[in-house]
Amino acid sequence: MNVVVCVKQIPDPAAPQALEPSHNLDRSGKLILDEADTYGVEMALQLVDKAGSGEVTVVSMGSAADVAGLRNALAMGAAKAVIVSDDSLRGTDALGTAKVLAAVIGRDMPDLILCATESSDGYTGTTPVQLAGLLGLPSITFAKSVTVDAGAVKVDRQTESGYDEVSAPLPCVVTVTAGVVEPRYASFKGIMAAKSKPVEVLSVADLGLGGQVGTAGARQEITSVTAAESRQGGEKHVDEGDGALKIVAYLESIKVL
Amino acid sequence: MALSSIWVVVEPSNGALTTTSLELLSHARSLAADVRAITWGEDAASLAAEAGEFGATTLYDVGDLAGALPGVPVASAIAALVASSAPDAILFPSSYDGRDIAGRLSARLDRPVLTNATGLTDEGGLVTEHPAFGGTLIVKARFTGEGPGLIVVRAKSFVVSPTEGLAATVVAAAPGDAGAEGAARIVTSHVEERTGPKLEEAAVVVSGGRGLGEAGSYALIEEAAKLLGGAAGASRAIVDAGWVPYSHQVGQTGKTVKPTVYIACGISGATQHMVGMKGSKNIVAINKDADAPIFQIADFGIVGDVHKVLPALIEALKARG
Repeated sequence: MNVVVCVKQIPDPAAPQALEPSHNLDRSGKLILDEADTYGVEMALQLVDKAGSGEVTVVSMGSAADVAGLRNALAMGAAKAVIVSDDSLRGTDALGTAKVLAAVIGRDMPDLILCATESSDGYTGTTPVQLAGLLGLPSITFAKSVTVDAGAVKVDRQTESGYDEVSAPLPCVVTVTAGVVEPRYASFKGIMAAKSKPVEVLSVADLGLGGQVGTAGARQEITSVTAAESRQGGEKHVDEGDGALKIVAYLESIKVL
Repeated sequence: MALSSIWVVVEPSNGALTTTSLELLSHARSLAADVRAITWGEDAASLAAEAGEFGATTLYDVGDLAGALPGVPVASAIAALVASSAPDAILFPSSYDGRDIAGRLSARLDRPVLTNATGLTDEGGLVTEHPAFGGTLIVKARFTGEGPGLIVVRAKSFVVSPTEGLAATVVAAAPGDAGAEGAARIVTSHVEERTGPKLEEAAVVVSGGRGLGEAGSYALIEEAAKLLGGAAGASRAIVDAGWVPYSHQVGQTGKTVKPTVYIACGISGATQHMVGMKGSKNIVAINKDADAPIFQIADFGIVGDVHKVLPALIEALKARG
C-alpha cells in the first residue's frame, strides 16, 4: 500500500512570528516540519508496515532552500519527498495549495492520502477537503483512529457529541488529529539514511499550473492588519496555603458565588 | 452597493439548529435583505420555523443523506443552486461538517474560502475579520473576482437575535449523484455522555492542562466545575494525551468559550488555547510557573500547585454548601 502524507514546513511556532509588508507570513527564518504533520507521517508508516508492502511519500509546497523538515519525515521512515518550490507560489491560498498538491499526487495516485486537520501556521483547515474534491476522491476529516482493511479505510471521526465510525473505499483523503498515534523520534540510523533519500523539487511550470497560484490566483486579499485590543493581567498571588480562599473571595467579588 | 443576498449553511442537531447556525442567520440578516438557509438530514418542516424566526425566508433542504458525511452531498446541492442564482456570500459554521462543506464547495465552484472569521462587515463589499498570532492581531480580508464569497465563521462571533419572522419556505434541493467523492459512509455513531451545562454555554468553565500531571487528576477539574455549576474544559495537550475526550477541548482547534469566569488550572497558556478563551469575562489562573503566559491575561492569578489549590478550593466550595 502506498501512502502520501501532505506536510508543511513552517516557521518555528515557538519563535517570534511576524508578517511581511505584503501581509504574507515571514518565512525567512529556520523552517521546521509542522508538528501536526508528524502524526500523519507516523500513521502512514504504521499502515504501510501493517500492509507489508508499499511506501510512504511526503508531498509539500514551499521554499526548497531549506528541506530540514522534509528530511525529518524521511528520517522517521518515509521513502521519498516531493516539494513544489517556486517564487510564483508566494501568496498562494488554501485552494491554490490544494491545486498544487493535487497536480503532484495525481501523477501517480496512492491508495491513501493523509493530512493534518490544519496547519499550525495558517490553520485554514480546508486544503485536504479541497484536495479530495480536485482529485475526485472521498474524504474523512478529524480521524482519531485509522485502519485499512480489504480496500477500505475505517476511521473513528470526532463529532460534536462523540465520534462516528466512518468507512470509505480507497483511494481516500483522511485528516488526522494529534491524538491518532504517538509519533516516533527519528533514530540515528534513520537520520543517516534520510540524507541519501530522494527529494524531488518541482516548479509550477512542471505542473502546468501557471496563473492559478500565487497572490493573483488567490482571489482574496488582506486589507488591513491591526493590533487586537489586549487584555491586561490583573492581581497575582503566590499560594501560601490561602490560594483557594483568595479564589473564593474573588469569585464572590464578581458575583459568581 | 448594498448586499442583496446571503446564504447560510445551518446545521441540525437533535431536531433544532445549532447555536452557531442561529448566530450566522442573525448576523446575515443585518447585512442583506434576502437571507436563505441550507440544511439536511432532519425534518426540514420542523426546522423551518426556527430558520424563519432568525431571518431566513427560504430553507433549502438537501434531505436524508443515507449515512453519507454531509460535505459532498450538501456542497453539490449548493453548487446546483448557485448555478441558477448566486448569492453575494455563503456562510458556514466553523464545525467539523461546516468546514467539510465549505472545502468541497470551494473545489466545485473554483472559489476561495476565508476561514476562522470572527467578524463580517459591509464596507462596499464584504470584509472579514480574522484573529492571527493567537489573537494578538486582527487581519481584515476581502474577496476579489466574481462569484459568491465562501466564509467559515467561528462560534460566538455574533449575537443571536430572533425576529418576528414567519417560518421559512422549505424548498427541496437535490444533492445529485456524488459519485466516488461521496462514498464515505457513517457506519455507527457513538455519543459520549456529558452531564451539567454544555461547555460553550456554561457561565463557569474550569479547565485543566498538562500541569495536572496525570489523567486521574482531571477528576479535580470535574468536581470543581460541578460545585460551581459549570462545565469542565481542557487544553489541547491533555486531549492529545488521551486524558479526556476532544469534546472538552478549548482553543483554536477546539471550542470557543466566553463564560462569566474561566478558571485555568495547570494551563500554561499556549496561543492555541488562549484564542478559545480570551473572550471570557473574567479569567482566573492557577499555575506553579509564575512566568506562564496565562498570567498575562488572567484577571486573578494564583502561583501555586494545582494539586494543593484545587482540593482546597473544592473543600471551600463544599463548606459553603
